[in-house]
Amino acid sequence: MQEALRFLAPDAEPVERADFIEQARLVQRDQEDSARGLPLTIRALRKSFGDHEVLRGIDLHIPAGQFVAVVGRSGCGKSTLLRLIAGLETSDAGTISFGEGARPEDVRVMFQEPRLLPWARVLSNVEVGLGRQRASADAQARAEKALGEVGLDDRRAQWPAVLSGGQKQRVALARALVSRPRVLAFDEPLGALDALTRISMQRLLERVWHDQAFTAILVTHDVSEAVALADRVLVIEDGRIAHDVNVDIPRPRRRGSAALAALEGSILRDLLKSGDDPSDQ
Amino acid sequence: MSLSESLPRVRSLRLPRADGMVQWIVPLVILVIWQAACATGLVPTRVLPAPSDVALAGWKLLLSGELVRNIWVSFWRASVGFVIGGGIGFAFGLANGLSQFSNKLTDTSLQMVRNIPHLALIPLVILWFGIDESAKLFLVALGVFFPIYLNTLHGIRTVDPQLIEMGRIYGMTDGELFRRVIFPGALPSIFVGIRFALGIMWLTLIVAETIAASSGLGYMAMQAREFMQIDVVVLSILIYALLGKLADSASRVLERLTLSWHPAFQKH
Repeated sequence: MQEALRFLAPDAEPVERADFIEQARLVQRDQEDSARGLPLTIRALRKSFGDHEVLRGIDLHIPAGQFVAVVGRSGCGKSTLLRLIAGLETSDAGTISFGEGARPEDVRVMFQEPRLLPWARVLSNVEVGLGRQRASADAQARAEKALGEVGLDDRRAQWPAVLSGGQKQRVALARALVSRPRVLAFDEPLGALDALTRISMQRLLERVWHDQAFTAILVTHDVSEAVALADRVLVIEDGRIAHDVNVDIPRPRRRGSAALAALEGSILRDLLKSGDDPSDQ
Repeated sequence: MSLSESLPRVRSLRLPRADGMVQWIVPLVILVIWQAACATGLVPTRVLPAPSDVALAGWKLLLSGELVRNIWVSFWRASVGFVIGGGIGFAFGLANGLSQFSNKLTDTSLQMVRNIPHLALIPLVILWFGIDESAKLFLVALGVFFPIYLNTLHGIRTVDPQLIEMGRIYGMTDGELFRRVIFPGALPSIFVGIRFALGIMWLTLIVAETIAASSGLGYMAMQAREFMQIDVVVLSILIYALLGKLADSASRVLERLTLSWHPAFQKH
């Protein structure tokens, strides 16, 4: 515990004893009930929409706390996989299991659209993320803390309509984070943002994943984003996992480095090789 | 090019507080022309009394207490009919928007009834209720029912399904989902229904009161016609216009208060 405290406040001035106790309590709570990802095991998962079989047998194990990116052509089934993991669809066959003691609020999703309630202020939108614990006494404090984590504490009283696209997505991230999820699924969360906002959002995602150590599953069509953020990249083709690539480039990763570019190139080649659509050449 | 250059100049000429007055310029000009036309004899007062005569007639009726009594009676009929018809319409809109079964059961029947002009029922209504209060309330309620029903239903049906999915993911119960997502999402459309309904409410009441009533503004106008008091007739018409405007303003204020989140209502 002493180690943790020193780490939290390395350059702190003489600190009040009460502050220490408060800090210690917070650290302890973080270690106890969150700050641990859940492992995820998927076996023989199948899903069809009508006659079209979207997923044809997915077998996958994700260790706790891993950052996994899922890439593939549009329509390959990557979003369906994510919706199944998040419990938004039911599978036709196969199982998805998170380790022991997983509660519904341990798994959260972030979509391409921010999906904020336009009639609720920013802070209330974040409080929505608390789920059943919305009524608890510290709900507002927790929402404020989550807003602080995404750097928007000064926007708490505003309507979503006045925020920029990137800010809305950060509020959506705070809403997903506020219940301290142990699995966070991202469905192309940065797809609608401009290039610069994208990069700062990628850094934010990496930071909160590092700080909170949840298991992250990121569906994206952007291979460079996948290799920049993930420990592991899954390439999905025709409803199956075609490639499973480990990204063992140390963090923090430098954007545009040769190692990242080489990996991105090889994954892109795999993706293009499998395609028979001439318009992609 | 020349337009965009001239715009800022025009704007800077405008007086700071002129915005609120602009809308009253046209009615004021009409009033002045009207008074002048009557004073010069251009329009015979037998056709149209001067505004000053109308105001005088209003003053006399105000003193006798007749005006206040009739306005109150009309206002009471309008609001009670509106609350009854609007309440039922809102309830059906909610039920049919939220439940497929309820929608299947009642929507077709309601759509059939909607195609009957409710004023066509006046003869039937007089036979049923005579000319007492319930006849007028029935007609107003019937007229108000459909705009509120249709717009509530439409509002609930068009709530963003992505937001509903979001609410479900975050563990909202059905009650919470309605209170926090569906109802606020349907509110703009419900207000459109209310404003339509307010227009229909006055229209129905005027017709009902002119045909079958023994009190109220419409009755006052019909009585005045019998005695050739054209100034009172014009007065009644003006009061209807004023009450209509008042109801519309009230709904706008309500709209502004409850929809302050909406980009269209935000101050810039």
